Amino acid sequence: MVYLTRKIEFSASHRYHNPDFSPEENARIFGKCNNPNGHGHNYVLEVTVGGETDPATGMVLDLKELKELMEREVMDRMDHRSLNHEVPELAGQIPTCENIAALIWKLLAPKVRRGQLTRVRLWESPDLYVDCYGDGGAW
Amino acid sequence: MKLELTRRYAFNAAHRLHSPHLSEAENQRVYGKCNNPHGHGHNYVAEVTVTGALDPATGMIAYLTELDRFVEREVIEPFDHKNLNEDLPAFRECVPTTENLCIEIFNRLRHFPGARLVRVRLEETARNSFEYAGDSEGSHR
Repeated sequence: MVYLTRKIEFSASHRYHNPDFSPEENARIFGKCNNPNGHGHNYVLEVTVGGETDPATGMVLDLKELKELMEREVMDRMDHRSLNHEVPELAGQIPTCENIAALIWKLLAPKVRRGQLTRVRLWESPDLYVDCYGDGGAW
Repeated sequence: MKLELTRRYAFNAAHRLHSPHLSEAENQRVYGKCNNPHGHGHNYVAEVTVTGALDPATGMIAYLTELDRFVEREVIEPFDHKNLNEDLPAFRECVPTTENLCIEIFNRLRHFPGARLVRVRLEETARNSFEYAGDSEGSHR
């Protein structure tokens, strides 16, 4: 098994707010992320695909294909957008790093044609990231 | 959906690697520069990884504010700008290698009430790091 990782960056805004919580609860649980007018991040996404190499090409999955898939499914959907207002798949959810990573997993997993999606790592900032492994175990 | 959240925390501390079980010459040979009698220091970075069920009401597996407070109290306050050999009872008898420091940090954080601690990865410098996930294999890759 060989693992291949491709990295991209996208920038987006979000706000953490649950209308079922009181203003005090929202402030306590979400802290600064509850700022009414939102804020943003430069997200860094690392997508890892594992599999056996194709003897004919020496590749697990053509990097270009993975790059195009990530651009189509993630960049086109999220880059320079408001995650609260412009990503319908996140409607009704708090756009946390956990929920975004889980959504990216769901978007990519069925479309990886060779090998299998192993890990989605989403960096929200240089000191925070979430790993999603789908329903599989840890890598 | 299996999710793990990792947060990086920085702290700076001094240490000296010296074992009372070794002779002066052996200490020199084993620890090299790190055996300098007056100690030296590092900018450590601790990567703390937790896992748990995603709470649909918050979209989180752990409240970051709670994790930050817990790590601040258990690790940053006692370790930052300290001399590990002199200021930490855990290292009176035990050599404060980054392996031992990594285990000490894991044990201090394993009782975090907000989520399950998966592992601690500790960077001593930008070029070396150590990981500890407890005694059982767990989900450590």
